[in-house]
Amino acid sequence: MAQIAFAPDVFTWPADEPRLIGGRCTSCGTVTFPVWPSCARCGSTEVEQHLLPRRGTLWTFTTQEFLPKEPYAGGETAETFRPYGIGLVQLDDEVRVEARLTESDPATLRIGMEMELVVVPFRTDDDGTEVMVYAFAPVEGS
Amino acid sequence: MVDVAIIGVGLHPFGRFGPKSAIDMGADAIRAALADAGVQWADVQFAFGGSFEVDNPDAVTSRLGLTGIPFMDVYNGCATAATALSLTADAIRSGQYDLGVAVGMDKHEPGAFTSDPVDYAAPPWYGEIGHFLTTKFFAMKINRYMHDHGISDRTLARVAAKNYRNGVLNPNAFRRKPISEDDILASRMLNYPLTQYMFCSPDEGAAAVVLCRADIAHRYTSTPVYLRASTVRTRRFGAFEVHASWAAVEQDAAPTVYASKAAYEQAGIGPDDVDVIQLQDTDAGAEVIHMAENGFCADGDQEQLLADGATEIGGPLPVNTDGGLIANGEPIGASGLRQVHELVLQLRGQAGERQVPGNPRVGYAQLYGAPGTAGVSIVSL
Repeated sequence: MAQIAFAPDVFTWPADEPRLIGGRCTSCGTVTFPVWPSCARCGSTEVEQHLLPRRGTLWTFTTQEFLPKEPYAGGETAETFRPYGIGLVQLDDEVRVEARLTESDPATLRIGMEMELVVVPFRTDDDGTEVMVYAFAPVEGS
Repeated sequence: MVDVAIIGVGLHPFGRFGPKSAIDMGADAIRAALADAGVQWADVQFAFGGSFEVDNPDAVTSRLGLTGIPFMDVYNGCATAATALSLTADAIRSGQYDLGVAVGMDKHEPGAFTSDPVDYAAPPWYGEIGHFLTTKFFAMKINRYMHDHGISDRTLARVAAKNYRNGVLNPNAFRRKPISEDDILASRMLNYPLTQYMFCSPDEGAAAVVLCRADIAHRYTSTPVYLRASTVRTRRFGAFEVHASWAAVEQDAAPTVYASKAAYEQAGIGPDDVDVIQLQDTDAGAEVIHMAENGFCADGDQEQLLADGATEIGGPLPVNTDGGLIANGEPIGASGLRQVHELVLQLRGQAGERQVPGNPRVGYAQLYGAPGTAGVSIVSL
């Protein structure tokens, strides 16, 4: 079955160990996700691609338990929609990234737990193509 | 610089009003404010109008009289009304005008706000993958705050229950039924830890304020309420804000903290001097956080303060005496002027069943919204 990334230049993929493609200001070193057109801290337009660490800790989280309005493109209906987790994962001391979580039950999530980047199916199109998105999964035993 | 007084306030009730347009609600609010001030539309030298849904709030002039005045339309997210108020006051402070109107009006579809994330400087795919929701940001912010400062779910329920109770006492409110803490906790989870009844709803309504030079206020009223400060601030690098695919590890305070400090400084008033408080309660957690961000308590103190009923109408820190956003809903352009309307009634002693006892003299209002903008107003007798 064909799999495609939901957007280009957001993560390295296909890859055994995918990485998020962030940006780094060559002037002040600020790291962003994704690549930002210019630096949110100093305004410099000199930014370069910077691959982000694959692991980090869960800084905060919530669950999305109702079907978002457009422009959401998950393809579900109110009947087929299943809640998903969403959180902010701190990657070393570089940046906090907002991402889907593979867990949607708050009881399985804990602020401070170790998380790892994964690429998971987000939607299946009519022709069977799986559209893939980045997400974070709890690291076993963390 | 010239001081500024509020001499009239007017409100179109908040809720849902069928086919009635936002412009017509705005006209009603302005008429009510003019009547309250005892002035005619022809006396109004200029106006600022705020709205999210209405491109040109100045169309309200076709309902009031096409007098040709300068009428400036503004939009600034949930801080729109604070922006309209601030600009109106500044135009008087500068000496350019003697008397003007700030008005806000809106008419939203039910359900969470949506838009194009690109217009918020977010990546184009941010909405497609289900991240473009203000509600989930507020949930993530309060979840971390509860973890850091020991706030319980029960405290969130106490905030919402209080605001519904206050809404019962407010004839202009959208929600006028009390809801118990247990029912709030048991309502549908929307974004953990926030349940359905902990959130406000976008709705419809309008509010208007008539302002003039303080030195002529006594021509119109025996009880002018002085606008001592009106500030707007955007987020700084390091603030954890709504509609962002990333956040910096290096942390700075929220824009509310900066708007608040600047307002206290401008007014020469501190949080201990404030008698009535209006805070942006997009959700129950936001009210808890904003109590601390505006200097009314230390982080974590809210747990005990809410348990003690400190923020009730009769408590030492009355917050959202008219029911706040939770009971009134949020017509974005009007929301902050509703807060000022309530503060003016409270300071004049005209708040009826929800009157704060002890002759309150100082009122404080705060707004916060996407993409990280805050507004604070301080009024006093």
